[in-house]
Amino acid sequence: MLRFLLGRIAILIPTFLGVSLIAFSFIRMLPGDPVMLMSGERVMSEEKHAQIMHDLGLDRPMPVQYLNYLTDVLSGDLGTSIVTKRPVLGEFLSLFPATLELSLCAIILAVVLGVPAGVLAAVKRGTWFDQSIMGVALIGYSMPIFWWGLLLIIFFSGYLGWTPVSGRISLMYFFPPVTGFMLIDSLLSGQAGAFKSALTYLILPTIVLGTIPLAVIARQTRSAMLEVLGEDYVRTAKSKGLSPFRVVGVHALRNALIPVITTIGLQVGVLLAGAILTETIFSWPGIGKWMVDAVFKRDYAVVQGGLLLIAGVIMLVNLAVDVTYGFINPRIRH
Amino acid sequence: MSTSSATPEKTGTHPSALSEFWHYFSRNKGAVIGLGIFVAILFLAIFAPVFAPHAPSEQNRDALLLAPAWMENGKATYVLGTDAVGRDILSRLIYGARFSLFIGLVVVTLSVVSGVLIGLVAGYFGGKVDIVIMRIMDIVLAFPSLLLALVLVAVLGPGLLNAMIAISLVNQPHFVRLARASVLTERDKEYVIASRVAGAGTLRLMFLTILPNCLAPLIVQATLAFSAAILDAAALGFLGMGAQPPTPEWGTMLAEAREFIQRAPWVVTFPGLAILITVLAINLMGDGLRDALDPKLKRS
Repeated sequence: MLRFLLGRIAILIPTFLGVSLIAFSFIRMLPGDPVMLMSGERVMSEEKHAQIMHDLGLDRPMPVQYLNYLTDVLSGDLGTSIVTKRPVLGEFLSLFPATLELSLCAIILAVVLGVPAGVLAAVKRGTWFDQSIMGVALIGYSMPIFWWGLLLIIFFSGYLGWTPVSGRISLMYFFPPVTGFMLIDSLLSGQAGAFKSALTYLILPTIVLGTIPLAVIARQTRSAMLEVLGEDYVRTAKSKGLSPFRVVGVHALRNALIPVITTIGLQVGVLLAGAILTETIFSWPGIGKWMVDAVFKRDYAVVQGGLLLIAGVIMLVNLAVDVTYGFINPRIRH
Repeated sequence: MSTSSATPEKTGTHPSALSEFWHYFSRNKGAVIGLGIFVAILFLAIFAPVFAPHAPSEQNRDALLLAPAWMENGKATYVLGTDAVGRDILSRLIYGARFSLFIGLVVVTLSVVSGVLIGLVAGYFGGKVDIVIMRIMDIVLAFPSLLLALVLVAVLGPGLLNAMIAISLVNQPHFVRLARASVLTERDKEYVIASRVAGAGTLRLMFLTILPNCLAPLIVQATLAFSAAILDAAALGFLGMGAQPPTPEWGTMLAEAREFIQRAPWVVTFPGLAILITVLAINLMGDGLRDALDPKLKRS
């Protein structure tokens, strides 16, 4: 197990170097003068230009620049935002909990609804129930979520007036962040109605972000279940006279879940890509909106740092998924 | 798929590859419906000037944000209503189909050709070449696809062409992985070895012997990539980084319509519905293709 773990970590090193190389070259590939781009200024004297160029190390050879960049990154210095003048890492850390909270809620929604839907569809294979579940799942899988979000806003916020349109909690409530998770912080604050407010703000973004993972998980669970239900040990369990619930719930589901867990892990990239759109629609103050804003404000230091950090998060989650997979499925370890 | 080597069934004659394919494909009703919708959209796109009642950029100052024909204040000349500058939404949607299908086609062609080429090389030669190529693909896959596409477009400059290039680059690793995996399973099979012993050269082995037997999963993946490309391009358009106004691209139309979301919900509803229907039709076809081309599933 330890060897498997170390091997997986070793593979991450070249990938991380490559990711950092892409983040490093990004600013240098942009059309325009990197000094202007990185300082965010439009006009400057030649001496100042040379001074900044020297300060940023841009007058040194490329490989030296990259090594310097890598050293900075590894010591936690990801540069300073051109717009807010705050450290990029600090901004990321203060916004990441919002994205994490939204993504966790979305994936919980997707698993809680998707796994049972897939299991039921597989058990009732070929019936109208199976066909409607799979039809809905395919619609969800094909959904342009940015449009889906707008539709939900039109209906629930505009027509019914049930949910707010943007933000994380009503401006009436204010309390210092403890965990960064609004649902938990609002409970900790002890203010009446704060939790409910946070919940109403969270619900539509959660549905929007959870839609595609939900569809993918339902489809994957169904096909994994179908495969397992045809196995000999399921027939044996049935012929032993076990209740259908026990056969499906214990014997079949446990084995079907192995590929499903991989699928859930693979949704992390989908969630972070979806967060870009969802957070933009609902003005959710997370890293997806942060990145889009940075691209539009030409805050290239943030784009560069954000690229690296987001890729880092995905790599770590993939590692965790692989390790979990190796843990529950010993066949994969070597 | 090599149907020529399949054992003949009771009739004693080989079904042609196409009729065998159609036999399995048409058993999936959803796939046939998807194909029908797709052909209809393709037809609309090709003959857009014939079907569209108005020119896509023709503005009518007297009919701003007009409701669809069946609603109050609707006019029969503007079936799906008009947008904020008085352009006919139906006509823009019909012309928009051209962009979406064109985007899908270009992206799939670019990413399939480059991806399969790289994947073939990685799988066929193996060793260090393989390791280097796959590590590079891992790097690309470490980014959320939309984020990488967004940043690439920021580097290249916003626009439809650059959006297509970015989406192709982001899509490509999937084809590399898939092509490599199929080549690895085929590479050491007897027919390949026989061909090699008979003196076939490297290029012949790669492209004429191995590649045709790896096509099934690639075709299925290409269908999925086609719909994913339409979604991604629309998402980039929605974020303002894809096709630029006044192009009647569906995602761009949605972005323009966003501020009228409460006053005129139909300007938001129809472009998104067009995206959903197109993507759904292609995905339905993709499911049918998978059933028809995947020999493992055929017997189930």
